Amino acid sequence: METWEDSLGSERVLSTYIMGVMSDRGSQVVRDNIGGIIVGLSGLLLLADLAGKLTGGGLTPARFGGFVWDGLVIGILIGLAGIGLSLTYSILGFANFAHGDYISWGAFSGWAVAYLLAGIDRYAAGGLLLIGGGGGPAPGDVGISITNTPASIVAGLIVAVGFTVGVSLLVDRLVYRPIREAGGITLLIASIGVAFVLRYLIVFFFYNGRQGVTDIGRIPTYDLAGVVITAHELTIVIVGLLLMLGVHLLLQRTKLGKAMRAMADNRDLAQVTGIPVEGVIRTTWILGGGLAGAAGYLVVLTQGTIAYNLGWLLLLLIFAAVIMGGIGSVYGAIVGGLVIGLASRLSLIWLTGDLSSFAEPVAFGLMIFVLLFRPEGIFGGVSTA
Amino acid sequence: MNADSLPTDSLDRFRALLERSDAALVLAVMTGFYLLFLGIGAILNYNLAGLISILGQVTFFTTVYALVVLALNLHWGYAGLFNIGIAGFMAVGVYTMAMLTAPPTGSPPGLGLPVAVGIVGGMVAAALIGLVTALPALRLRADYLAIVTVAISEIIRLTYNSPAFSTFTLPGGIDLGTGGASGIGNFPSNPVRGIYYVNPGSASSDPTPLGTAVFGFFENTLGVFRSAVIVDLTYGLVLVVVVFLVYTLLARVGNSPFGRVLKAIREDEVVAKSLGKDTNRFKIKTFMLGCALMGLAGVVWQGFGTGAVYPQAFRPELTFFIFIAVIIGGAGSNTGSVLGGAVFANLLFLLPQYLPNIIEQTFAIQASPNTFVAAVAPIAAGEIAPLLGYVLNQRLPALRFIFVGVLLVYLMQNRPEGLLGHRTETAAAVDLTENHRSGGGPEQTPDTSGVADGEGGVDDE
Repeated sequence: METWEDSLGSERVLSTYIMGVMSDRGSQVVRDNIGGIIVGLSGLLLLADLAGKLTGGGLTPARFGGFVWDGLVIGILIGLAGIGLSLTYSILGFANFAHGDYISWGAFSGWAVAYLLAGIDRYAAGGLLLIGGGGGPAPGDVGISITNTPASIVAGLIVAVGFTVGVSLLVDRLVYRPIREAGGITLLIASIGVAFVLRYLIVFFFYNGRQGVTDIGRIPTYDLAGVVITAHELTIVIVGLLLMLGVHLLLQRTKLGKAMRAMADNRDLAQVTGIPVEGVIRTTWILGGGLAGAAGYLVVLTQGTIAYNLGWLLLLLIFAAVIMGGIGSVYGAIVGGLVIGLASRLSLIWLTGDLSSFAEPVAFGLMIFVLLFRPEGIFGGVSTA
Repeated sequence: MNADSLPTDSLDRFRALLERSDAALVLAVMTGFYLLFLGIGAILNYNLAGLISILGQVTFFTTVYALVVLALNLHWGYAGLFNIGIAGFMAVGVYTMAMLTAPPTGSPPGLGLPVAVGIVGGMVAAALIGLVTALPALRLRADYLAIVTVAISEIIRLTYNSPAFSTFTLPGGIDLGTGGASGIGNFPSNPVRGIYYVNPGSASSDPTPLGTAVFGFFENTLGVFRSAVIVDLTYGLVLVVVVFLVYTLLARVGNSPFGRVLKAIREDEVVAKSLGKDTNRFKIKTFMLGCALMGLAGVVWQGFGTGAVYPQAFRPELTFFIFIAVIIGGAGSNTGSVLGGAVFANLLFLLPQYLPNIIEQTFAIQASPNTFVAAVAPIAAGEIAPLLGYVLNQRLPALRFIFVGVLLVYLMQNRPEGLLGHRTETAAAVDLTENHRSGGGPEQTPDTSGVADGEGGVDDE
């Protein structure tokens, strides 16, 4: 019965019940509506201003399209990484602060292999495996791009997924499994420790700063009605959508997916029904870790650079997406990722010049707003289905 | 315990004293750290000035960590508010102080107000930001609160980092600025310099009569000529007083009716609510008080200690350091917080900075390859020195972070209550235990020994 009280869902039920008893129900409704009213009004204002800017010539359609495209690309990456975070959050019941560093390891492991395969015919393996660290071959010399070295990029992606799956399974075995029944906060703190270890292991093996990886000169670009699209961004969108489709099929068409949804809903009930809990947890890590690794690898494809803290820098945005979509909801995480990605890029329409550094704070602010007025997410707490 | 009968007796009495008296415990631990670092200084052949400098450093980092850990303990240990935005609140405190006190003609310009106004202003500003955070935070579950506070701390850091507010003009035509990414470096110097120098802001100032006397004493009797060392040591002692005052304040708050409600909230908020307590009001007040103390910690640490303020100092890593210190000490115990701060500051922060020098001096490792491949490749030829050189000369900071992470995981798995977590103050006003020890309230030791009384009375009412 202890775990029944610990499980997230019943806690939520309990707290809403108590809130209903304790506080005036009417004021609660008004407060919720205030959130909606604020969102509606500011949304309308921004839309009107946007229309004015588009028709008045303050913003060309091409520039607007560019923002939308950038937002979509980053949104797909955030959504991809968010699926794993959302799954582990609901199935294991804690916010995994190490998720960002799974992403970083995906990037480093994948690109080490991609770099090695792309340049092994001309350079020593050591410098290539370190992705150009310590005076190794420069990105321009290795010449990685999706058209120039497609095989090495695909191989890197596979390694990124595989390696990150391994990392997340190992971490689960060593760290989380012994304290599986502990509270969410204990696990959260442990995950901060894991984050430190993973992040600085990257520094230990690779390097401290940010370094170029892809060969910017060899990435083809396409002009789509004035919106410039690079081949790498196109790759991200295609791979990202395929992976998302795969997750959808896994969750809806397989027995395993059903078991995972049942676990997220109520772990004890699932166990009583005969679902192998540890097996489902392992699958969750495989799925979440693999997607995180893929996202990290693909982030480098669009940024062109790699840094030991790239996943950590994304983590808060991913949390924002997951919370926005409702914790536990895979589709919510995807939509939340798109919303966060689009919001952070479209905010640049208004945040010009020096203010452009506020694109990230806008996304964080959006997340806090959702937590305030709709903590169950914009879809109203539909779990995993 | 495994010694002979006579030492065993005195050992037992010493242990009993440590169990009974928080002051003796803190004093014993700090004596240990001072001796450790004096030993390190001796190994590194420091002169007397160097040794005093190292003692000043130990005091400084112990006290600043203790200060902010105490503030966090108020949030987490007492009210159960899982705040991981500490770095942001520290930043608000020190930035407000710097912007209030920086000279109007400087770059970035400030308001040129007195230092005291700056310190109070910094604390008030941090408390107000705490209020803004607390209002939404109260409606959230603990893990959501964690995410919100870390997001707010990042928003604060990115705002200070933004070029948009590097310099700006207030409506009244007054110029002000955060300095953007390069921060503020021209606010008034450490107030302690005012004790020793006629003109504290100038490096070549004449000493005050007191300064002449103290510097003269150090020069003539100890042969120490570096006055900066003496200023730092004095500042460390001032901070000890500050920590003592904050500790006393928090102990008072904790034992007051207010504090009992806080502990009740931490144990079971629904019960506290059912008893008619407006738990939200209590939480807001506690959150604001803790944030004000975090602001103060920012001022005395980054402000007067470092002497310059820049946004990169307030990354979430700082928050996690404080958190680890709280966990080491055990959430809920003020003495544990001080000890946790001391352990973290000395063993995990300061010691790793001296470790490479000591190892290098002892083993004379010259090799310093700058990549992992260059470090491990010679192992095939039987050479282990490049790897050691790589670890010690190139990657020791990273290893420290890794160690900190491993420690955190270990503590969560094996000792989530921390070093002194078993002493968590219970919510009850009367002692519920039979052996009168686990209550942790200082009043429960009426037979306070002479040592504890004499040592400044952390135990005192």
